[in-house]
Amino acid sequence: MTHRPYTPWLFLAPGLAICLMFTIFPFVNMIVLAFTDASALGGGRFTGVDNFVRMAEDPKFWLAARNSALYMIGVVPPLVLLPLLIAMLAQKVVPGIGIFRTAFFTPVIASAVVVGLIWTWLLDSRGLVNNVVEALGGTRIGFLTDSTLLLISSMVVTVWRGLGYYMVIYLAALANVPKDLHEAAMVDGAGPIRRFWSVTVPSLRPTMVLVAALSAVNGFRVFSEIYLLSGGTGGPGGASTTMVLLIQSVGRGLTGEVGYASALSFVLFVILLGLLLVTLKLNRREEQL
Amino acid sequence: MKLALRYAALLAILAISIGPFLWQFATSLKGPTEDVFLPDFIPNDPTFGNYAAVADVVPVWTFALNSLGVASVNVVTNCLGAAMAGYALARLKFRGRRFAGVIFASSILVPFEAILISLFLVMRGLGLTDTLTAVVLPGAIAALNVLLLRNAFLALPAEVEEAAVIDGANAWQRFTRLALPSVKGTLVVVALFSFMFSWDDFLWPLVVLSDQEKYTLTIGLAYLQGTFVQNQRLVAAGTIIAVLPLILLFLLLQKHFFRGVGEGAIKG
Repeated sequence: MTHRPYTPWLFLAPGLAICLMFTIFPFVNMIVLAFTDASALGGGRFTGVDNFVRMAEDPKFWLAARNSALYMIGVVPPLVLLPLLIAMLAQKVVPGIGIFRTAFFTPVIASAVVVGLIWTWLLDSRGLVNNVVEALGGTRIGFLTDSTLLLISSMVVTVWRGLGYYMVIYLAALANVPKDLHEAAMVDGAGPIRRFWSVTVPSLRPTMVLVAALSAVNGFRVFSEIYLLSGGTGGPGGASTTMVLLIQSVGRGLTGEVGYASALSFVLFVILLGLLLVTLKLNRREEQL
Repeated sequence: MKLALRYAALLAILAISIGPFLWQFATSLKGPTEDVFLPDFIPNDPTFGNYAAVADVVPVWTFALNSLGVASVNVVTNCLGAAMAGYALARLKFRGRRFAGVIFASSILVPFEAILISLFLVMRGLGLTDTLTAVVLPGAIAALNVLLLRNAFLALPAEVEEAAVIDGANAWQRFTRLALPSVKGTLVVVALFSFMFSWDDFLWPLVVLSDQEKYTLTIGLAYLQGTFVQNQRLVAAGTIIAVLPLILLFLLLQKHFFRGVGEGAIKG
């Protein structure tokens, strides 16, 4: 033995304490609370599956779940494809490439709040985008006042902010694509588009699945973009609300329904875990092929 | 010709990714008589007055200090606490190591949004709601960083440490003098991301803080926009105050960040 038996636990104590107190315990407690009618003031009796029955009958839940799902479906394809194209552009080492890579990463560094505020102003009825639309002869568009357009605008912001992040993941993966595959394809007379589909995409498929999983999970749990672009309301009449916005508004404050919010959180967790499991399975099948 | 096309495409993406920031910066410099709706990137009469004015309207420098304090503590606790735990998992043999590893691994799988309300109750139970301590604690030692550093420590050769054991170094000495200096690269990444994550966090401070004096920059800005949306110059100044330190920090550390990626690309 090169150390006393309790030494490792001294090393682990701070980390374990934080994880147990602020992740594992709240998680277990959330599941327990989901089956009670606990309020913001505490207490709560065991009510079985009442919260889940209520959820099934709650139009707000279905609206939020639908919006979160739509959000996910909307952001995944562009976030899988566009950063890949950008990474291919930024992969080749040409003079000044560091500046480009750093600049492409800037939206990732800037907080969701800064990004949300900038885009709120760009998409405002008097904003820059609408000025361009008008200059081109169109009429001003209510990007932030129509519930569907608000969802789509938020998706655009999410995609814009994600480009640099996923680009970096693709850059790392592209570096591992064997060069001779490209050279062999070139000898066979394959053009750049042909090579993209028959060399790049197949060798990057596991990375693409990973990006799809990450962007799907992040898309489903969207909060900041919708919150900020709607000025905290979740859209006109709350029509653009999402799961996390709903949990936040149900569970917070003196009137917070902690039991019901926990049941909603539980459903959110199950959906997100399901998404991860599906992707893991896809990836495993990929490896078997 | 091909190179020209590549640069044209790169420049187009550059414009899309930093154009909005430049426009926001330009807006923050515009004087009260200038039209903020026009797509003017160069203010006629640039002024820093908006930065002073935004501080008169909301205590934006207090918010910034709060954010800076929270983010700095987060960097220190993550680099030190996660490294300690990662070191124990990677380099020390003891009963229960697997169990400790499983706790960290399962923590990663819990989405923060799902424990939001429950976590708020924990903070209330501890009497910490509406304190900056409550903002720091949940992410103070992130499980992901523990596992990142564990992997970094695993990669170190065993011989060096065996030599140190023979020289009579105890576990703490081996950790601080041998292991920690040799994972500097991973520590930079952990530090950068801890700072960024903490500085940018919005949902948790929004839920746990209520007293305006304790606001961090992100919720301070959302509040600023809600109240003074009519004067975009002030909101713009606020967002620049929020984003500039991060951009500077990233520029300082970007070499470390892109090094792995860049090296791979050249070798590729």
